[in-house]
Amino acid sequence: MDDIRLKIRRQDGPDDLPYWEEFAIPYRPKMNVVMCLQAITDNPVTAEGIPTTPVVWECSCLEEVCGSCTMLVNGKVRQSCSALVDQLSQPIILEPMTKFPVVRDLRVDRSKMFESLKKVGAWVTVDGFHDLGPGPRMAPADQQKAYHFSRCMVCGCCCEACPQFNSRSPFMGAFVIGQAFLFNSHPIGGLEKGKRLEALMGEGGLADCGNAQNCEKLCPKNIPLTESIARLGWDSTVHTIKKFLR
Amino acid sequence: MAKPKIIVVGGGLSGLMAALKAAEKGAEVSIFSVVPVRRSHSVCAQGGINAALNTKGEGDSIDAHTYDTVYGGDFLAHQSVVKRLCNAAPGIVWMFDRMGVMFNRTKEGLLDLRLFGGVKKRRTCFSGATTGQQLMYALDEQIRRFEVQNLVKKYENWEFASLIMDNEGVCRGITATDKSTMETAAFVADAVIMCTGGFNHVFGTCTNSTHCTGYAATEVYKRGAFFANPEFVQFHPTAIPGTDKCRLISEAARGEGGRIWVPKDGKPWYFLEEWYPAYGNTVPRDVAARAIWKVVKEMKLGVDGEDVVYLDLTHLDHEALAERLEGILEIYEKFVGDDPRKIPMKVFPAVHYSMGGIWVDFEHRTSLPGLFAAGECDYQYHGANRLGANSLLSAIHSGMVAGPAAIEYAKGLKKGADAVPSSLLADEKSRQDDVNRKIIAMDGPENPHLLKQELSAWLTDNATIVRHDKKLKETDDKIRELAGRFERSKIHDKGAFANEELFFMRTLANQFDLARMIVLGALGRAESRGSHYKPETPNRDDEKWLCITKTSYTPDGPKFDYSEKVEIQDIKPVQRRYDVAH
Repeated sequence: MDDIRLKIRRQDGPDDLPYWEEFAIPYRPKMNVVMCLQAITDNPVTAEGIPTTPVVWECSCLEEVCGSCTMLVNGKVRQSCSALVDQLSQPIILEPMTKFPVVRDLRVDRSKMFESLKKVGAWVTVDGFHDLGPGPRMAPADQQKAYHFSRCMVCGCCCEACPQFNSRSPFMGAFVIGQAFLFNSHPIGGLEKGKRLEALMGEGGLADCGNAQNCEKLCPKNIPLTESIARLGWDSTVHTIKKFLR
Repeated sequence: MAKPKIIVVGGGLSGLMAALKAAEKGAEVSIFSVVPVRRSHSVCAQGGINAALNTKGEGDSIDAHTYDTVYGGDFLAHQSVVKRLCNAAPGIVWMFDRMGVMFNRTKEGLLDLRLFGGVKKRRTCFSGATTGQQLMYALDEQIRRFEVQNLVKKYENWEFASLIMDNEGVCRGITATDKSTMETAAFVADAVIMCTGGFNHVFGTCTNSTHCTGYAATEVYKRGAFFANPEFVQFHPTAIPGTDKCRLISEAARGEGGRIWVPKDGKPWYFLEEWYPAYGNTVPRDVAARAIWKVVKEMKLGVDGEDVVYLDLTHLDHEALAERLEGILEIYEKFVGDDPRKIPMKVFPAVHYSMGGIWVDFEHRTSLPGLFAAGECDYQYHGANRLGANSLLSAIHSGMVAGPAAIEYAKGLKKGADAVPSSLLADEKSRQDDVNRKIIAMDGPENPHLLKQELSAWLTDNATIVRHDKKLKETDDKIRELAGRFERSKIHDKGAFANEELFFMRTLANQFDLARMIVLGALGRAESRGSHYKPETPNRDDEKWLCITKTSYTPDGPKFDYSEKVEIQDIKPVQRRYDVAH
């Protein structure tokens, strides 16, 4: 079997200029992109035979539950652990996500996403971390629906895919709306529903979504994000009317 | 008095739980994590969390949970802490329910329970097949809520480097390195809580995340903290074999009715059901892993001659599978390409969990004053074999114990963090800077990555499911040889920014010490118990070995002390059997 050809967009630091390097990795069955990068780490030499540095990227669980290893693989944003070489055309082109600042090579800084979760209060406010007896009952159907949203890894695919998520727009990204929906639908979390809706009616919230619907298409966990956007759009209208009438 | 200053190293379930408990009690808490905490290894736990809620009319109880845990651990766990753990379980599950974890529900809206290994009662609460992820996210969110209120401070993408020890042998803080700027800084504290997870990546391919290397636990061992039971490493019977990682297929698959078989004489042979009629496919992990090993390696009955057996879900209802096991079906589909609803999965045992770890007392104090440990990096609760769905429980519970215990300790200090001389911090920082400078200068002929692969291969071949004394001795010789060659190796990346390879080098240096503990611990324990099986001494020996392998560091290798006896006051040790009901 021939070597696997990779073309990687590299960058030594946040302020450095990017450059491309090509690599040839011996093929092994069932390889994924992470294994290619590991092979480069073990023997950092370019396809031309020139010694280089290992490629820097984030990875952790390698089974698509942590969200770390998100990058552009042949132009499509996804987790590189579940990008199987046999299903990719070559050369495999790896690039860092474009919507977040590059730290080094394929590693980017996604801390902005976690800051956005703070803005909408994406949590259930509990009285304390002690035993207060059983929580509220919940219908299995409601749990099943909410569960889809609770699998969000905050990986950034929805942000990368979104035309509204960029340095010129304050839009926080679809995942934030999905998480607000999740906590609004929980019996205790719902007690702070109004606060989250208010936050989403502010800057970077619902009004900044352009309804391109790319987010849902590229979500690795198939979270029904557009449904949450529509639902919270309606809820915020109701919230505004109720507030007006009060 | 000033607020107690607490440092938590590690942002998984135990770390965040310890941090929340400490912050809630008024401490100033800093959390250090190698990854953004939401991406910690706790997200990989799938099947569920045990709590004797007794909502299925099966007469479950705290006592039954305690008994199963002690018996499943082959009597190597201290019984009073196991009892405390099981007693805390229902309250823990309810607390996470209040925090919004989407646990599966019964028709009546109660928390649903499923069966797990080594038990006869349904006791496992679950959220699909991604329970660890869901629990982890709940704490990640609570920590964010506390951050907004300035109750905790997070240092994400920081790597723990070392402990700061004063000349009285008291832990006064840590040094850590920013994974971008590569700056190492010293942080003072009244108490430090290690919550750094398991060490299974020393075996190479395993079910763990890439950062479960054991670096931090080994580092504190080398600074004088006792380690305990390093020889007890759990194999999970059902993982998808792989070369980058062995992806876990939860025990929940069998709890929900999945069956293990291999073809024999042209028919499916359900060997677990035949050998263990009382428990069948839900025998504990050590028993299932050894049985699969026997069928494949000794009887040569692996599917198509390969090192795999079938884990079969094809007879189960598709809708129930979607509601209860979707996460693992997705993993199998994405990484293997077959649909496990239609074709039986091919699986094999893989290194999964460290029962051993940093020695702690019942309040999670290590042997170093000021240093605490919780979660998988400590050794408490699971004895010689952990039962499935007890790890999420022990991670959370131990954090809940360690956080307040650290505050109690801090309050009793005569000289607190404020009295620590700045020279102590500066000295430790400069010591770490020196270590890093030396690593960056390494320019020898050996490739350290290949040395790591060799180390892992030796451990996997000789110190896992079946351990021969002769092979263990040879492995120790090999480890020392590899450690010597490591001194003559080369770092490829000499850069001063976001240099991952530097951390790899520091980790590997400690992994030689860790590997020696595992191998020599296994060699020293002349019996078989739980996950530790040696053909030369195939039986459990309660006369001699009902004791903790307390391990201390010396430059010549680990020193073992067996004087700490295991508590057996409540449950009398009996022979552990799963072919008949107990």
